[in-house]
Amino acid sequence: MSREAILAAIKKNQPEYQALPDLSGFGQAGPGDPAAFKKVVETLGGQVYEINSFAEIQPLVAEHYTDLKQVVAIKEEYLPGAATQWQTGDGRQLEHVDLAIIPGQLGVAENGAIWVTESEIEVRVLPFITQHLAIVIDSKSILPTMHDAYARIGAPSTGFSAFIAGPSKTADIEQSLVLGAHGAKSLTVFMIG
Amino acid sequence: MEHENHKHQEHAVLADAFNQNEPRVDWHDETLWWVRQKRDRMAWSIPEWEELREAASQIKHNVLGNMHDYLLEFEKNAIANGAVVHWAADAAEHNKIVLQLLQEQGVKRMVKSKSMLTEECHLNPYLAEHGIEVIDTDLGERIVQLAKEPPSHIVLPCIHKKKEEIGDLFHEHLGTPAGNADPKFLTAAARQHLRKEFIQSRVAITGVNFAVAETGEMVVCTNEGNADMGAHLADVHIACMGIEKLIPQRKHLGVFLRLLARSATGQPITTYSSHFRKPKEGQQLHIVLVDNGRSRQLGREDFRNSLKCIRCGACMNTCPVYRRSGGHSYHNAIAGPIGSILAPNLDMKDYADLPFASTLCGSCSNVCPVKIDIHQQLYKWRQVITKEGYTKKTKAAGMHAMNIVLSKPGLYKTAGGVGRWVMRTFPAVVNNGMNPWYKQREMPAPPKESFADWYKKNRK
Repeated sequence: MSREAILAAIKKNQPEYQALPDLSGFGQAGPGDPAAFKKVVETLGGQVYEINSFAEIQPLVAEHYTDLKQVVAIKEEYLPGAATQWQTGDGRQLEHVDLAIIPGQLGVAENGAIWVTESEIEVRVLPFITQHLAIVIDSKSILPTMHDAYARIGAPSTGFSAFIAGPSKTADIEQSLVLGAHGAKSLTVFMIG
Repeated sequence: MEHENHKHQEHAVLADAFNQNEPRVDWHDETLWWVRQKRDRMAWSIPEWEELREAASQIKHNVLGNMHDYLLEFEKNAIANGAVVHWAADAAEHNKIVLQLLQEQGVKRMVKSKSMLTEECHLNPYLAEHGIEVIDTDLGERIVQLAKEPPSHIVLPCIHKKKEEIGDLFHEHLGTPAGNADPKFLTAAARQHLRKEFIQSRVAITGVNFAVAETGEMVVCTNEGNADMGAHLADVHIACMGIEKLIPQRKHLGVFLRLLARSATGQPITTYSSHFRKPKEGQQLHIVLVDNGRSRQLGREDFRNSLKCIRCGACMNTCPVYRRSGGHSYHNAIAGPIGSILAPNLDMKDYADLPFASTLCGSCSNVCPVKIDIHQQLYKWRQVITKEGYTKKTKAAGMHAMNIVLSKPGLYKTAGGVGRWVMRTFPAVVNNGMNPWYKQREMPAPPKESFADWYKKNRK
């Protein structure tokens, strides 16, 4: 079988073992800067609203989105009246979702990435298939770098998780940046606290 | 397939064809240099950038030296996560495994996100021969697929195409209005077209950027979201990866995700860095581990560092030869400097020209996020290829003649005198198309005397 042949060839050809480098110097102690995080998300084409309570989400949604027919909110408090019973199905039931509002576990100040896991979003395809995405995060959950993020996240606990940084985009046509490739066309971050 | 034909033409010939359209070459050159400058700005904004490169290189070196055990660890964890792991010795076996999975599902059409490995294995034409249509979903890849061309760049697959050509392709294949070449409009049209494919597709193939031995998970990075749209909607997710994609631990992702997008396109990170660990409920997850010459390259001391590559494309964007010759001139799935040190391992004879398609300026090595000594490997491949007798006859003859002349001082002196006389008296003998040095160059005015004669006269 190829498995054994490949493994044998690798064992024979691999160089001498070299120790892994120490990465402890890369992380930064302490929290990340929410202002820096906000700035990066904006350069990525997203928008950030600093809010004090979930109640502020609804007026902002009403003000900034038009023509929302289907809205999914992971928590009832995000947007009272949003769709319910949307979880049943293989993901295709979400084809016509206009806006999904989901929680993010933490944000990374250096690159605007937000950590999202299956345990909150329930249906994996939700943050990708929705036309517009909004993520709610706590400003105290912002960390400085990716090293700090992985230190905080630790071992995986769900089957799927992702860093999401800004709306989906492409520059494949003559390097012209276009927001809205296959995933969400826009990203709004509601930063609480 | 066009790239099958390319196999029989050499880089210099293909580059010559690319250079027939001078404004297009200038545009290609400037566009890639602009991407290189974006990369610089990003790199310079991180004070510890050089330490990060060094750490990444060392992590990858650790992987090379422990690949056997990491593969077993990854396999064990992936199986525990519910994935099925397949092993493919070469491209043919990889293609066979994928075909069998597709036939089991009875599908005739499926979506694929960007995977240079499947390009390397020529999966699409193989599946087409068996009646299965692959829809490439990365916008750039879809564009070159509609144009029946291979990608010309690993990160920017249709960087050689002008928007008007893309507008024409979309008019023909997607029914967009004739003459519309607006990138925003065309992207929106592709989004609509490919959403239908995502919704209909029951199988999705993705590539893999990093596979974590410690957790058995795979990280796939895209800006478009196409890997996620495909994989999450499909009943069967097939992830194809070269065995060198392994990294030891989850925390090492912190290093590589900081480097990858900054080096590739000058972004702080890709929009999506998706961590696939377990299949979703009711879904099958297949992982195909592909060798295809990698274990052989691992045994070549001078060239094994090429396996550290994380496919960012920075070496292409900075390369003065790539920028002015275009990706297709490399007639290999992976173009540019990195492709030129990977390809001879796959077929030394077929790719004998590639290590010579370089000025050895070293810019590739300077920008490489995992510090591969690319230009030194290019130089070493030239020696291996010449020793094995795979260099072109004219180049070998020239080198041989030069060797004879340079190793015999008397002959060198005579030849120099004859050469200067010929250049003065019959300049057309050297200033013509037969002399490869005359292309894009004027021959210098021949000096009246040799340096040796001048030195004798002037030595006091």
